[in-house]
Amino acid sequence: MKWLAPLAVATAVALGLAACGERPQVVQYKQGSYQGKPDTPPYQNSPYNGDKAAWDRAVATRAQNQNEYKRTN
Amino acid sequence: MARMKFLCDAERCIECNGCVTACKQENDVPWGVNRRRVVTLNDGQPGQRAISVACMHCSDAPCMAVCPVDCFYHTEEGVVLHDKDLCIGCGYCFYACPFGAPQFPQQGAFGVRGKMDKCTFCAGGPEPDGSEAEFRKYGRNRLSEGKLPACAEMCSTKALLGGDGDVIADIYRTRVTMRAARGTKSGPPWGWDTAYAPTQSAAGTSPGPVPAPAPAPASGGKS
Repeated sequence: MKWLAPLAVATAVALGLAACGERPQVVQYKQGSYQGKPDTPPYQNSPYNGDKAAWDRAVATRAQNQNEYKRTN
Repeated sequence: MARMKFLCDAERCIECNGCVTACKQENDVPWGVNRRRVVTLNDGQPGQRAISVACMHCSDAPCMAVCPVDCFYHTEEGVVLHDKDLCIGCGYCFYACPFGAPQFPQQGAFGVRGKMDKCTFCAGGPEPDGSEAEFRKYGRNRLSEGKLPACAEMCSTKALLGGDGDVIADIYRTRVTMRAARGTKSGPPWGWDTAYAPTQSAAGTSPGPVPAPAPAPASGGKS
């Protein structure tokens, strides 16, 4: 019966400190998952017909039209 | 992978509203809906600035997080789009958006809110690319034609840049560096000290090396 007292103390301490943990209590909002219709990528149809590399090149070239340092020099 | 973004250079914007007009014309946007607008800050005071604002296509979009029917989605290119067939017009996205991008057409005599409408980065929506249905609901799909948004492409001073974030950041960086090299601009870009702490070091090596002039007092803007 000598072990009963330490066991009782250990149990009491464990139960007593159980509420002392600092767990986040803020609700974790998860990003909503899309419920609508699927969309196709912009390079899927004509004129690129699935050629992503060509579309990337076209858009990158087009973007450089906004850079007047490249247009004038 | 491209991540499409807008960037407005406040040093160049002359408040011509050409971007607003281009957007309305290109997408046949209904009366009362402004997908893009030009905001004037410190109107009439020295240091007045104008910036063109629309949906910023946030990487972690608040509208997407609050939508009760989950009608928003991110495209591969980082464009935030939504399905109008699913939208219930509740307006949560309008409250959540820090830029006031979501717009609601006023239908009927009592201003009943219609389905949300916003900038699509000229990327259409979840309908077949280039279809009549897509144009009617979302406007032109210029991205599928290898073009960039009409507002940015027709900006006369090239204040508004649109495209892959890396590319337009490079364009802007070149521009700011050239300004500093010419000595035509004594301070860092407008808003630099708001976003970053003013630095005194590394003069001439980065866009933000030169101490900024004293900031003008903030005041309300007009749109």
